[in-house]
Amino acid sequence: MIYWNSVGDFLAMGGYGFYVWGSFGVTALVMTIEPILVARQRKNTIARLKRQLRADARAENRSPAA
Amino acid sequence: MKDRFNLYRFASPATFYPLAGKMIPWFAAAAVVFGAAGLWLGMLVAPTDFQQGEGYRIIFIHVPASWMSMFIYLVMAFWAAIGLAFNTRLSGMMTQALAPTGALMAFLSLWTGALWGKPMWGTWWVWDARLTSELILLFLYIGYLALTAAIDDVRRADKAGALLLLVGVVNIPIIYFSVQWWNTLHQGSSVNLAKSSMAVTMLWGMLLMALCFWMYSIAIALARVRTIMLERERHADWARAELAGKQA
Amino acid sequence: MFKIILAVVGRDLKLAMRRQADIVSALFFFIIVVSLFPLGVGPEPDLLRTLAPGVLWVAALLATMLSLPRLFADDYRDGTLEQLALAPHPLGLIVTGKVIAHWLCSGLPLALIAPVLGVQFDLSAEALIVLTGTILLGTPALSGIGAIGAALTLGLRGGGVLLSLLVLPLYIPVLIFGAGAVDATVSGLGGEGHLSLLAALTFASLGFAPWASAAALKIALE
Repeated sequence: MIYWNSVGDFLAMGGYGFYVWGSFGVTALVMTIEPILVARQRKNTIARLKRQLRADARAENRSPAA
Repeated sequence: MKDRFNLYRFASPATFYPLAGKMIPWFAAAAVVFGAAGLWLGMLVAPTDFQQGEGYRIIFIHVPASWMSMFIYLVMAFWAAIGLAFNTRLSGMMTQALAPTGALMAFLSLWTGALWGKPMWGTWWVWDARLTSELILLFLYIGYLALTAAIDDVRRADKAGALLLLVGVVNIPIIYFSVQWWNTLHQGSSVNLAKSSMAVTMLWGMLLMALCFWMYSIAIALARVRTIMLERERHADWARAELAGKQA
Repeated sequence: MFKIILAVVGRDLKLAMRRQADIVSALFFFIIVVSLFPLGVGPEPDLLRTLAPGVLWVAALLATMLSLPRLFADDYRDGTLEQLALAPHPLGLIVTGKVIAHWLCSGLPLALIAPVLGVQFDLSAEALIVLTGTILLGTPALSGIGAIGAALTLGLRGGGVLLSLLVLPLYIPVLIFGAGAVDATVSGLGGEGHLSLLAALTFASLGFAPWASAAALKIALE
């Protein structure tokens, strides 16, 4: 059922290994990095917004006392 | 279009945000499943192509990436039209969230196209109508991203971006047609993607990979739109509650 | 309707005449860019003849870009644009007038100087006529499409670079048919097909672009 005879054959891709794995490798890289970037941006944004929220709350608490 | 009458409810960030959060894992999982199946079929089971040898296997990412790059632009234009017509807040956020993924897909399409072209046509790049149009599509994505990044006021950025998208979508067919005309006139290197009778396994592999890319794009766009939403709606009650809930 | 357009054209031309240096420097930019190419690629007449249409057209695109940021910027800064947007006349008509004025100050001078530069590239008389014709016919489309970009980037930091990023990809069809017509004439194929497509592009963009620019201006003024 599997077309390849050996792992070596599979990696060589009939002499097109560089082109095939160059394509798949970069695609895999992009599809790994993009989610990481999105997740990191989300974390940073949430942290920043929370800080803002807390700062706002503190300002609100203080103003009636002042 | 069947949820058309629900559009306004779904377009409200307060409902969309948790819904998107619930949907992301499903789309991500679907992307992994389709990707695994597609790679297994395409890379392990499918026989070689008698004209192109094993090099043809690049098709399993090249074609899905190209499709997605074009499709995402159309979806963005669709949201842009809705945004300009009905002034919905969601549409601007959606185009913002889709654009980086669309640009990456266009880049992947060009990259894999070059790596495919080198062994098949003997050159990394030909000025073929499809390649050239894909390049211009990448420029249009970059233009959209640059324009919206340069405008500080979010509402203006959304609307200006939407207008640019609509101008772009009107222009794409004209550009494609003119490049094709130009190419045939120049007797460009006779590029015909060997219309080899695709084996059934190849076709299935490609379709599965296309579904994988599709699911991936939806998942990543939803994840991105959630962040954008939280940022833009930070003064709304639901966003405050969401942020307070995360105060672990 | 034509009165409004004419009034805007007249006003913009008068303003442009006070700043002739801008027109002249765009023109010299065009001349210099075109003259640099033979120095870069070598003086063989055959090579130059094949390069000429493309070089002249690309230089024309760039020269047109130079004056685009000014198209609405001055009126925006002194508040005239806001007045015009509030005026009872449709903003699209006013933009049409501004586009025509822009073309008279940028495209028309380029077309007049182009045959002289074509001679540098050893073009035949027939090719020179076609070259002038395409630049006359194509540059209005450049002004029209450029107006959309100018309106979208109005008042933004780094607006000039951004403007070229947005507009140059949209110029591609004009470039292809404009340079293609000259190319076809040089190679003896006849450029009629290209010329009619170029004319179609120009009319389509002159009909469509002012209204898109007007929409973009309203967004910018909000």
